[in-house]
Amino acid sequence: MKRTTRPGAEAVAVKGRWSANRWLLARRFTQLSILGLFMLGPWFGIWLVKGNLNASLTLDILPLTDPYVLLQSLLAGHRPEMVAITGALIVTAFYLLVGGRVYCAWVCPVNIVTDTAHWLRERLGITGAARLSSTARYWILAASLLLALFSGALVWEFVNPVSMLHRGLIFGMGLAWLLVLAVFLLDFLVSRRAWCGHLCPVGAFYSLLGVRSLLRVRADQREQCDDCMDCFLVCPEPKVIRPALKGADKGIGPVITSANCTNCGRCIDVCAKDVFRFGSRFGNRADKPGQTTHQSLGVEALR
Amino acid sequence: MARTGGGVTLFSMGIGLYARQAASLPALALRPPGALDEAHFIGACIRCGLCVRDCPYDTLSLARLGDEVATGTPYFTARDVPCEMCEDIPCVKACPTGALDHELSDIDDARMGLAVLIDEENCLNFQGLRCDVCYRVCPSIDQAITLEMQHNRRSGKHALFIPTVHSDACTGCGKCEKACVLEEAAIKVLPTRLAKGELGHHYRWGWKEKQKAGGSLVTPDQQHRYNLPQGERYDYEGEGLIFEQNSGRTPFASDPLDTLNRGVEGRR
Repeated sequence: MKRTTRPGAEAVAVKGRWSANRWLLARRFTQLSILGLFMLGPWFGIWLVKGNLNASLTLDILPLTDPYVLLQSLLAGHRPEMVAITGALIVTAFYLLVGGRVYCAWVCPVNIVTDTAHWLRERLGITGAARLSSTARYWILAASLLLALFSGALVWEFVNPVSMLHRGLIFGMGLAWLLVLAVFLLDFLVSRRAWCGHLCPVGAFYSLLGVRSLLRVRADQREQCDDCMDCFLVCPEPKVIRPALKGADKGIGPVITSANCTNCGRCIDVCAKDVFRFGSRFGNRADKPGQTTHQSLGVEALR
Repeated sequence: MARTGGGVTLFSMGIGLYARQAASLPALALRPPGALDEAHFIGACIRCGLCVRDCPYDTLSLARLGDEVATGTPYFTARDVPCEMCEDIPCVKACPTGALDHELSDIDDARMGLAVLIDEENCLNFQGLRCDVCYRVCPSIDQAITLEMQHNRRSGKHALFIPTVHSDACTGCGKCEKACVLEEAAIKVLPTRLAKGELGHHYRWGWKEKQKAGGSLVTPDQQHRYNLPQGERYDYEGEGLIFEQNSGRTPFASDPLDTLNRGVEGRR
């Protein structure tokens, strides 16, 4: 069937423009706010947060360190000071709880670049795609750790577009624009969701943190699904939805359990039937589809 | 699987090789105080820029992609902004990983590089002028840089005051390089590995060994005997050649003609 409307159009019609873009807007707001906190210093001299996503110091008291870059440093043979380790533990604990790839959808500045590239790609109807394996990122992750181990240097940091973009915005870009442009073109012309969905080892690392995370998207109302496919079309990691949405017959529960779900909430936005919502990983039983667990009720109450 | 693995391996080899190139540090880029040696620094620094933020003089900057310094790592160029050698060393305190060694508590122990008076042909002091600027601005004046007096052979009657750097006290802050009045600094801070020679490990300075041992280690001490003309002797304690006053003969008579005549006589 040839689609005539863009994904989410029905949701806009049913729920209104605001409700149908709620999580997308919340995400953009969060991404820009975090970036804004880092920019307050260099732009306005208000130093609430110093540093960048690799390591930062908030209000001169809270250290935060990217556990991925610190792990590379450890493998490179350096024993870091306690401050860096504490920072990495705080960050790790946070993402263990809310899902590692929340970093990708809610924090990482490259997400705005790749989402824009994806949006443009869809608008222009570009379909041809280079075949990339979505496991390539884990290979690259392993390679980046091995390179650190054997070279004694943070090799990935020489090319990492994620830290380059964030650091560049705060400390000055130099030629890092070229790398960002490369990522944009990759997602725009070469392959759908190529960077974040297939290649980025930062996302791969954070996905490993999120294997057992509490906060999950749940397809609790999956019997309402009318197969409009909108959620698959907007999802940056389409593979993660299918088991939870369509697995009722196979005894699979309604919780999206894949570590690669970024908790972006876009599927919640675009579903006109309100199949999805944020909840916890508990109560993932297939036998009573649509049952509301007390945990998910709790999250519902917080909204 | 094989395709992905192969592709990633090729990609990794590429960035591995690129990183080797990109990690080289140009001679005039200096690391902040307390930086581990470069090979370790490049694995310990996580490119966060907190040292840059806490530098009160904006000396430090984070390398951008395309700079000659490893991207995201801190450095400074002495001729632009030298290190002001803060006593509380805020950049080191800010470093979360210890890539800037937290053991460094006295800024005078920092070794960011070593000043070298690199151009003796243009240094004003080497021409006999009293510029002295590098000496005057040195935070460790009279220790890291001293002025050593030498004879000025050009004028024949003046002195040269040669700025002389001492590696046991120079921190490599670069204030001398910044202050040098020439268009291009005659004194520059270089990485220590470039600035310093290293003695062959089996070499020993004879006189130091002798002093340590309290006497000669090779042959017994003997005073060299000079075969001097009559009426002259040599003082070994430092006075040098001495003409005996009462010998009746001095090399130079009061009447210069006598000296000449004597020479003529001697030749007969």
